Amino acid sequence: MSTATLTPSPTRAATLGGRPLALLRSVLATWRRLPLKAKIGIAILGFFILVAIFGPALAPYNPNATSTQAVPEAPNIHHLFGTDSSGGDILSQMLTGTRSTVIVGLVTGIIATTLSVLVGIAAGYLGGYADEGLSLFSNVVLVLPALPLLIVILAYEPHAGSLATIIALSAVGWPWGARVIRAQTMSLRNRDFVLAAREVGEPAWRIIVFELMPNQIGLIAASFVGTVLYAILTSVALAFLGLTDLSIWSLGVMLYWAQSGSAVELGAWWWYLFPGMAVAFLGMSLVLINFGLDELSNPRLRSSRSLRKLGRRNWRPADPTPVILDYAELNR
Amino acid sequence: MNFIARRLAFYAVAVWAAVSINFMIPRLMPGNAIDSVLGKFQNLTPAVVKSLEAEFGFHHQGSIFSQYIQYWNDVIHFNLGVSTSQYPTHVSTIIGQTLPWTLALVGVATVLSFTIGTLLGIVAGWRRGGWLDRVMPGLTLLQAMPYFFLALLMIYLFAIKLKWLPYGQGYQLGLTEGFNLPFISSAITHSILPAVTIIATSIGGWMLQMRNVMLTTISEDYILVAQAKGVSTRRVMFTYGARNAILPNIAGFALSLGFVVAGALVMEIVFSYPGIGLTLYNAVTSNDYPLTQGIFLVISLAVLTASLLADVAYAFADPRARSRSAF
Repeated sequence: MSTATLTPSPTRAATLGGRPLALLRSVLATWRRLPLKAKIGIAILGFFILVAIFGPALAPYNPNATSTQAVPEAPNIHHLFGTDSSGGDILSQMLTGTRSTVIVGLVTGIIATTLSVLVGIAAGYLGGYADEGLSLFSNVVLVLPALPLLIVILAYEPHAGSLATIIALSAVGWPWGARVIRAQTMSLRNRDFVLAAREVGEPAWRIIVFELMPNQIGLIAASFVGTVLYAILTSVALAFLGLTDLSIWSLGVMLYWAQSGSAVELGAWWWYLFPGMAVAFLGMSLVLINFGLDELSNPRLRSSRSLRKLGRRNWRPADPTPVILDYAELNR
Repeated sequence: MNFIARRLAFYAVAVWAAVSINFMIPRLMPGNAIDSVLGKFQNLTPAVVKSLEAEFGFHHQGSIFSQYIQYWNDVIHFNLGVSTSQYPTHVSTIIGQTLPWTLALVGVATVLSFTIGTLLGIVAGWRRGGWLDRVMPGLTLLQAMPYFFLALLMIYLFAIKLKWLPYGQGYQLGLTEGFNLPFISSAITHSILPAVTIIATSIGGWMLQMRNVMLTTISEDYILVAQAKGVSTRRVMFTYGARNAILPNIAGFALSLGFVVAGALVMEIVFSYPGIGLTLYNAVTSNDYPLTQGIFLVISLAVLTASLLADVAYAFADPRARSRSAF
């Protein structure tokens, strides 16, 4: 995730809560401004959300159905994505299982991002000892290796369901966002419009909700997308290790059965390729959305051909307002 | 070196947190770990149970505070209890056997990935819009793929279909471990696929960050001035541009290490690589709680040490970090 910041003018953000038509228009306007990468990403993500909603109803077979055969069947006209070794239809399992993977990703994203915003804004706005304590806490959580920690926690309740996964993932998934949001809050805290609001006597919660948060919507969105990606990849990895409720279909559980059924050794590539590709596409859509958000906020990242060639060397027009990225400031 | 002192204090807190979490998890989780362990041994007299409890490292006697002190004492002496799945081997012995495999594989692959990724990022940022810049999103998308899925694909393609490289285990079974040519060459060929998997999935991140900061850096006036003065392109690119742009990458190295290690752990399971990830997996599936916890502790300490080293490197690379006095 880049350290880029997105700061629409405070007045525009404030009108967002207005009439529904205006809201729709502003949504459309935002969509039009989005870079192509973000549009592609949102389209793919939208497809997966549709599958999550309607998939289980569309599944041609019962995903748990078994047949008497003992070998996985390659993709054919009856089973478009083939079957597993007990005759279960891969396509039906994917249509059923996408829901739980998407839900774990989105719900963890919402919970963890809420935590990030709370901790990040509190630390950045309050400053002083509160900031030091919260920053220390989030940096410690950040630096501890998350997946081994999750494995150790879930080892005690190996077959707990999605809820346990969501709670555990949220508990370790918030610090990165908190860090970025804190840095942005610190830079916003001393801007004129915040100082003015404080001078007028607005209470702290009002300054936070109506002055600070609207001005980091882009950052919060990027943090949300990044957290959803983390949650999906990690929950799939945990399920692959068998650390989830294996009776509920998800893309990770499918990969677990493929691995434990030695799909690779049997040459049953369809068994793990299709669910794996689904996870990869889901992840790709989130990466693309975040690329798009980055480009939206930092025009310099757009691939353009603004360079000039002069004497076989690349020249760039000098930038009148260089943004000096003091990473150490963010890293304090 | 105020910066380093500050970071040392931070890592002291982090180590304390890791050890304390490890102490608390078995006591907070529902279900009694000791019962599931003792379930494996039938017809035990209470005295034997007590000695087993002590031996496995379950110090449930006494107040929680004295247990905590005892736990610290054990950790400092690297007494992590006895593995229940490989009874009566000590947890520290098992970790000592498996950790070198992981350190060698993950360490080398991570350093290679960081170096190559950063170099490619410098070039991609410098030649913005060039071919490297345009294929980069493709590389970054590999990150969106679960490590273990890429590992499955690699095994299928290179080990099963093409039969170019071996997979599974760390070396050809039957060879004697040690400094002899067949063993070392076998260990190297067995580590190629896992290493390539780690590099392929992590290189995009280093590259993207380096490229993005490079873009910001080279639009600074001093780059233009250097070019106008007639400084050679290579010098402007590396000494003027990359020298400043690399700082976030070094700082990021410490932070993303946890992610890299996590991916590598799962990757080991797919390759049956005899490292600490596979051992952790086996420990979890056989309810070997002392081993699980010991491994978590060691992984945490390893990641914290590596992060500390990255921070020290950062202090050397960035004079601002050294002079910054405020916490």
